[in-house]
Amino acid sequence: MSTAPEPIDGGMLHPELRAPDDRDAIIRGGRRLDHAEGTSKPLRTRPEPQPRGAKVYGNRPIDQQEAAARFIAAPEHERMHDERLWDLRQKRDREMHGIPEWEELRSLASAIKEHTLTHLDEYLDQFEANARANGIHVHWARDAAEHNQIVNGILRDHGAKSLIKSKSMLTEECGFRSYMASVGIEVIETDLGERIQQLDNEDPSHVVVPAVHKLRTDVADVFSRTIGTDPDNSDVHYLAEAQREATRPLILNADAGMTGANFVVAETGTFVVCTNEGNADLSANVPKLHIASIGIEKIIPRMEHLAVFVRLLSRSALGSPMTQYTSHFRGPRAGGEMHVVLVDNGRSERLGLAEFWTSLKCIRCGACMNTCPVYRRSGGLSYGATYSGPIGLIIDPTFNKRKYSNLPYASSLNGSCTNVCPVKINIHEQIYAWRRVLAEEHAVPLVKKAAMKAAGMLLSRPAAYRAVIAAADTALAHLPRFVIYNGLNAWGKHREVPHAPKQTFHSWYHANRGAKQ
Amino acid sequence: MRIGLFIPCYIDAFFPEVGIATLELLERFGHAVDYPRDQTCCGQPMANSGFNAECADTEALFVRNFSGFDYVVAPSGSCVHHVRNNFDAIEQTDEVKEVRARTFELVEFLHDIQQVEAFPWAKFPHRVGLHNSCGTLRRLKHARPSELHEPFFSKPIDLLSKVEGIEFVKPARPDECCGFGGTFSVFEEVVSTKMGYDKVSDHAQAGAEYIVSADSSCLMHQQGCAERIGVPMKFIHIAQILNGASV
Repeated sequence: MSTAPEPIDGGMLHPELRAPDDRDAIIRGGRRLDHAEGTSKPLRTRPEPQPRGAKVYGNRPIDQQEAAARFIAAPEHERMHDERLWDLRQKRDREMHGIPEWEELRSLASAIKEHTLTHLDEYLDQFEANARANGIHVHWARDAAEHNQIVNGILRDHGAKSLIKSKSMLTEECGFRSYMASVGIEVIETDLGERIQQLDNEDPSHVVVPAVHKLRTDVADVFSRTIGTDPDNSDVHYLAEAQREATRPLILNADAGMTGANFVVAETGTFVVCTNEGNADLSANVPKLHIASIGIEKIIPRMEHLAVFVRLLSRSALGSPMTQYTSHFRGPRAGGEMHVVLVDNGRSERLGLAEFWTSLKCIRCGACMNTCPVYRRSGGLSYGATYSGPIGLIIDPTFNKRKYSNLPYASSLNGSCTNVCPVKINIHEQIYAWRRVLAEEHAVPLVKKAAMKAAGMLLSRPAAYRAVIAAADTALAHLPRFVIYNGLNAWGKHREVPHAPKQTFHSWYHANRGAKQ
Repeated sequence: MRIGLFIPCYIDAFFPEVGIATLELLERFGHAVDYPRDQTCCGQPMANSGFNAECADTEALFVRNFSGFDYVVAPSGSCVHHVRNNFDAIEQTDEVKEVRARTFELVEFLHDIQQVEAFPWAKFPHRVGLHNSCGTLRRLKHARPSELHEPFFSKPIDLLSKVEGIEFVKPARPDECCGFGGTFSVFEEVVSTKMGYDKVSDHAQAGAEYIVSADSSCLMHQQGCAERIGVPMKFIHIAQILNGASV
């Protein structure tokens, strides 16, 4: 707080004019002289700048807490983000209550995924054979680098210089856009939110609504810098229309199109893409060449299984009964070519992790993010990883244990994520399990380990423990040991410490029931 | 029926009145209640942080203290959740399994085991907001969490409804975590306290005079948050209301 004297204008002055360090202020008789017009009309307020995501330093552990604190320090962003995503959670609840067999659907979806994942090789072979019979070229990529090279090879064979693509988390995993830039191919995202993020050179912050952390004033800022809109006009219709005008010609002239896939059906050799903007259909149908990048866990055995997932997906994600578009791709159209790149990128290895393999059931609906109280208050970019929120906490460490070693601690273990998950992944239990793995493998900070060791020593020795908490004020300092670790009082920084009672329960019991025992 | 009373470290040090209310309440129903003097903690703080090996000695001590009782009762959902569902740093002998299976949280004990019909001594003419801790709500299943499509039930509301004069308010986000989360409260203190501010504000807007909960740790955190941002709110453990607290 400033030590400047109380404002002398009785609150009439606009806050910007009240700055204590305003050297232009003219003081007469202890009162500040003000320009009548300046005080009568509100000044143009600058929009709150967008808080940026986690700082990434190579392989060093991401400090999610630091980035989350900056997000919370931007109250307009934090409040909008929390309320918008909570609204999705409420809409999801309403949709759920409209489906009497909701819990059975979740169990069914989970069972289908678990069956498929435990027979993954068979279904992938089946898909490949059927897809080839449909005239689709099928490629296999072991990792991100192979995926990027395969796609580049296909584009090179066709002399393609520009690629329109719909939203795909897999391509985010693969660092695909920056790779394409390095080989001189222009990529244009066709999903509006993803396009905003691309123009802002920022990763998606959410698997379904990638720019959900941005206010419309942030979008006005991005578009004014990149497509020349009026920086002071944040009207959503104006912004959306301007973006459409700027992007449509690029879409119409693109050499190739790319989509991901939400589901891959083994028995038919086909795949399905769900969108709300119809942008996957633009990406797939405008150019003659369609490439689909698909994670191997997206497979389901039969078309009838699709019904289970389509009923769950959009209800869980956005609280709408269906996505606006559910597009089935069965093969290349006349004169065109269709390629599917099936990507592993760590999935086979994850399938072998006894405690974590069921994370592969994920259908990327984002319901766990929408319900997560930590995610809603931190913003997706605070995780510094492709996948944020609860599902990110259990997937990201499989990509890089050191870099994402702090993420499993960014959870209060409240378990809401597990309850909303349409495929019943025990997310919060896997978060807990990751903490054990990381602690055992010494991937957590030494200070945390030292605090926990000290706590374990104290709490297993009744006499020492009693001595420490005999008086309430010493208890406050020592119990539990982790409250005051690292010399910083993390408890008392933003909340008050508990009031010290006259005596502990232990001593009350001794005084009042002492005769017993 | 011989009951071992488990008073977790927070309650022992900061909320002795919760321990006293729990003890008196169990005695009102005619139980022989013992409080083993060498008890400390269940091991949860270390286990929740991933340091399972570090809580082995504490778990072993817990078993030594509470072996042989018909029931072990504690006024803390998260501690009981740890004992029942995660307490695996030590070898799972028959004795250990027995202690784990016989450990109950107070609301569960009163609702499911004791099947209390009435609390004739209890009056609480106040507007209260119920805070189900995540441990009681989603692990011990005190109530139907709002995420699930299941019939509504709530054991704490069943019990509190038997208290004369009590009135419940409805916060907008009744099942949202308050941000305590054990060591989360200090390791991720900025997010934790923001969640706490939002939680107490939600209850205040709903018109609550008191926030009542089966977990003192959540209440300790919420009280610290309310005092910091100046939300006038009182906090009380469910054991105190059921034992006839007059405040």
